[in-house]
Amino acid sequence: MSSFSLSRRQALLAAPAMLAAPAIGRAQSRAIKLGIIQPVTGALAQDGEYGRLGAELAITDINAGGGIKALGGAPIEMVFGDARSTPDGGVAEVEKMHAEGVLAIVGGFASPICLAASQAASRYDLPYVVDVGVSDQIVSRGLTNTFRFGPGFGTVTGTALDNLVAINDAAGKPARSAVIVHEDGLFGSGMARLLNAELPKRGFQVLETIAHPTPSRDMSNVALRIRALNPDLIIPSSYYAEFVLLSQTLQQRRIRSKGIYCILNGAASNFRFVREFSEAANLVMDCNHWADPRKPKTAELRRRVEAQNRFWLYNVPLNYSAVMLFADALERAGRADRGALTQALAATGAGFDRHIMPYGPTQFVNGQNQGGKPVNTQVQNGDIKVIFPRDFADAQPVFPVTG
Amino acid sequence: MGYPPEILLEAVANGLLMGAVYGLVALGLTLVYGVLHIINFAHGALLTLAMYAAFVAHGAFKLDPYAAMVPLAGLFFVLGYLVQRLVIGPASRGDDSNMLLVTLGLSIIIENAMLAIFRSDTMTLRLPYAMSMVELGDVLLSVPRLIGFGVTLLLAALLFVLMTRTDTGRAIRAVAKERTGAALVGIDVAHIYAVTFGIGTACLAIAACLLLPSFYVSPRVGNAFVLVAFTIVVLGGMGSVTGALLGGLFIGVVESLSGLYFGDSLGQIGIFLMFILVLLLRPTGLFGARA
Amino acid sequence: MTARETLPILGFLVAAVLVSLFVTSNVVLNFLVFALILAIAAQGWNLLGGYGGQYSFGHAAFFGMGAYVSAILQQRFGVNAYPAAAFGVAAAALLGYAIGAMVFRAGLRGSYFALVTLAFAEVLRILANATEITGGAAGLLINLNLGAGNLQFANRSSFLILGAMLLALAMQITLALEKSRIGAQLVAVRENEAAAAALGVDILAVKLRAISLSAALTGAAGALYAQYFLYIDSNIAFGTWISVEALLAPIIGGAGTVFGPLIGALILQGLSEGTKMLIGKIPGVDLIIFGVLLILVVRFPLHRIPGLFAARWRGKGAP
Repeated sequence: MSSFSLSRRQALLAAPAMLAAPAIGRAQSRAIKLGIIQPVTGALAQDGEYGRLGAELAITDINAGGGIKALGGAPIEMVFGDARSTPDGGVAEVEKMHAEGVLAIVGGFASPICLAASQAASRYDLPYVVDVGVSDQIVSRGLTNTFRFGPGFGTVTGTALDNLVAINDAAGKPARSAVIVHEDGLFGSGMARLLNAELPKRGFQVLETIAHPTPSRDMSNVALRIRALNPDLIIPSSYYAEFVLLSQTLQQRRIRSKGIYCILNGAASNFRFVREFSEAANLVMDCNHWADPRKPKTAELRRRVEAQNRFWLYNVPLNYSAVMLFADALERAGRADRGALTQALAATGAGFDRHIMPYGPTQFVNGQNQGGKPVNTQVQNGDIKVIFPRDFADAQPVFPVTG
Repeated sequence: MGYPPEILLEAVANGLLMGAVYGLVALGLTLVYGVLHIINFAHGALLTLAMYAAFVAHGAFKLDPYAAMVPLAGLFFVLGYLVQRLVIGPASRGDDSNMLLVTLGLSIIIENAMLAIFRSDTMTLRLPYAMSMVELGDVLLSVPRLIGFGVTLLLAALLFVLMTRTDTGRAIRAVAKERTGAALVGIDVAHIYAVTFGIGTACLAIAACLLLPSFYVSPRVGNAFVLVAFTIVVLGGMGSVTGALLGGLFIGVVESLSGLYFGDSLGQIGIFLMFILVLLLRPTGLFGARA
Repeated sequence: MTARETLPILGFLVAAVLVSLFVTSNVVLNFLVFALILAIAAQGWNLLGGYGGQYSFGHAAFFGMGAYVSAILQQRFGVNAYPAAAFGVAAAALLGYAIGAMVFRAGLRGSYFALVTLAFAEVLRILANATEITGGAAGLLINLNLGAGNLQFANRSSFLILGAMLLALAMQITLALEKSRIGAQLVAVRENEAAAAALGVDILAVKLRAISLSAALTGAAGALYAQYFLYIDSNIAFGTWISVEALLAPIIGGAGTVFGPLIGALILQGLSEGTKMLIGKIPGVDLIIFGVLLILVVRFPLHRIPGLFAARWRGKGAP
């Protein structure tokens, strides 16, 4: 069974030819192969598609800017693999990409896929840059090939908690009670556990913690309980469809609170949600991955994404930045060698500025970028603004929500 | 934790309204099982297809989902008829396990066709009346759900009449009970199979129209309902229209109450535990005939 | 059972060893290992479903039990991988017996049986997602500890041999069952339960034995999955995906035959990976083709032809 290089459109047309042609010809090409793994079919297809888009945009920009200068302007060639939303699917793609001779792999999206794929890649000392997958286990296995540019789960929830307290304090502490609604998967359950432990210490009372499955068919009873408890704050952490259902149901029953403070929510930092549900979305806050609004590239990328009739959300800038990280490290490595690339990745410092994330100075410890942080956003006037921390903010928080 | 009676009441009401939708989805499935004796793996995907159809009907033809119910039911009846007659029937040649595989293959095709055509985004319809609520004392009920409840009851009644008073209904029941005998008295079994499948698919089309105002559509939206639908079909007794409806209402209330007491995530266990319990006590379901 | 009948199984084992020695493509080796894991799970299903005629839709319950018990013992209690896996298999068998005792005694059959097994699998999945000991929603990561002593191998070919040995064992058990009196009773129960009972077959005992053995085999597949991928969560361990794979493979490859599950698993995985090569800009097209091919394979089961020859060779009229 021979393996192929599958660069997008060419694959369909060239497939019959590739079945016959030997692999020799490709070795002479100086293109740098970068593996991109995303789940574009199956349960995670929605996020996978946007992840792929982010990677594509980055590769286009790199090549348009003259490729990898340190390698004589060599262009980057994407070798795409569909993880089919399962860990074994991701592993199969890693094997194929390694056989293809990729220099590194970026992507995975879901933590189970990232865990399995990065592990498989480590057998070949193949650098693996995780795009989203927040599980802390990903960077605590002692695998030297695995890197994550964005924040892990612990950082996100810790920051979310700190920022919530800060926002509440700044507004004069109007919120005292909260109801947590969370998806029953990795980040939802973990977040709920952390909040239940920490919120009381910071002066909040958790009235109830409601776990819901993904997919959920109905949020009526969740809304019912929220209405009965009448909390100051609602803290939802769910995927897109479930938050749509929840916010619709809340709006329908005219349930209001002093604020909806989401954490890693699939809809609150998603322009499709904001556009389609302007009333329910208004003034919803989220602590999530988000692009740096101060960088001009962010606005440009957003225009390009919307020109394709897609919506702006966090998967695109995260993947864009991860691929930029790869290119930056490759420039510093100076040669197309996996070991050198791994070392260059680990040595990445504050000089790496082609990313568009609102992070502190880049510094990798055990593969985790210490600078990676979530930011707080809020939907205001049909737009998603960054409200916290001040360094990146382009709007003031509106809290508490009255009326 | 104890809940005040108004909350319990509203939870039960919500459960009944949701249960009606479940019952409607289960109606088509139970007929198909009762007659063709297959578990239709493609049921969820067909529901997805119907929801996309209703979505497109609104987008392209400005048809409100409630207005689209009748034309889509007709369209999907024909679709179901053809799928059974031209694909499932010939491919499986009467073998039960083959039918499982073929319907599974169909579900993969349909889900991914939707993915390819509409992309993976979750889409919703914004309808003016979708937000309307009705107050009955302390209890708030969603108008679209109430409409769904009413239509489901009506449809169940219609189906019941169809099965008991019409020639087609009698033929369907004959084939369900004794296929060879039915063939011997001149009933076109292949045709009846296809008609039954068509009715099942038409029910899905109606369920889709009722769901769309308060739900969303995505390539996998139907999957969320399949497991529950199967559970209800078996619980209510396979082949029984009354069973599907009452089973749906029952499961809806069970889900609602166990969600209230154990959280919506863990509460899902309630559905399956109840299901196991009922089957252990009444192995043919509440209203069913022997398997 | 004659040596002649065991020969194909030995032949398979020899073929697997040869492949592991001479095939260097990790793409192929990984594909084969995964197909073997599925084949072992399917072999388990086949015992109960193919031979016994009791179609289970919830074999994930046994797969997950094997995987979780093995993983929990290793991670939480420091037990060595070998006894941990053995306990996993035993736990799965026990679960099978328990479910069978409840369900068969109530007289559940056919589609009722199928869906009640599905319900059990779902209950376990929801529980595994919610409890601490399984790692809850975060799942369970088995520490990387390469070495034959830990049942973790650096190269895929070792896993291939391990998987092949397990499958060969499972096939041998299936063959032995086929030839034994219990096997005959099982088939009798499948063909006509009432008649079998009239002939004095203890229906309940036969079914209980079948489900326990079936669960043990599928549990072994789960333990192997855990050792190979080193990470499980409730969806991986108890999800419907494995229930479907475990029943699809034998039905396609030939239910109630020794080699059916392996053939079916290879066909399914082969089609799945093969269609991936057709991936283009539009996601989903490759899977549409997979679905079409699946239906075609059902309609034109060309792969059954070798089976007919094999049956002839074994000296019988039909498999």
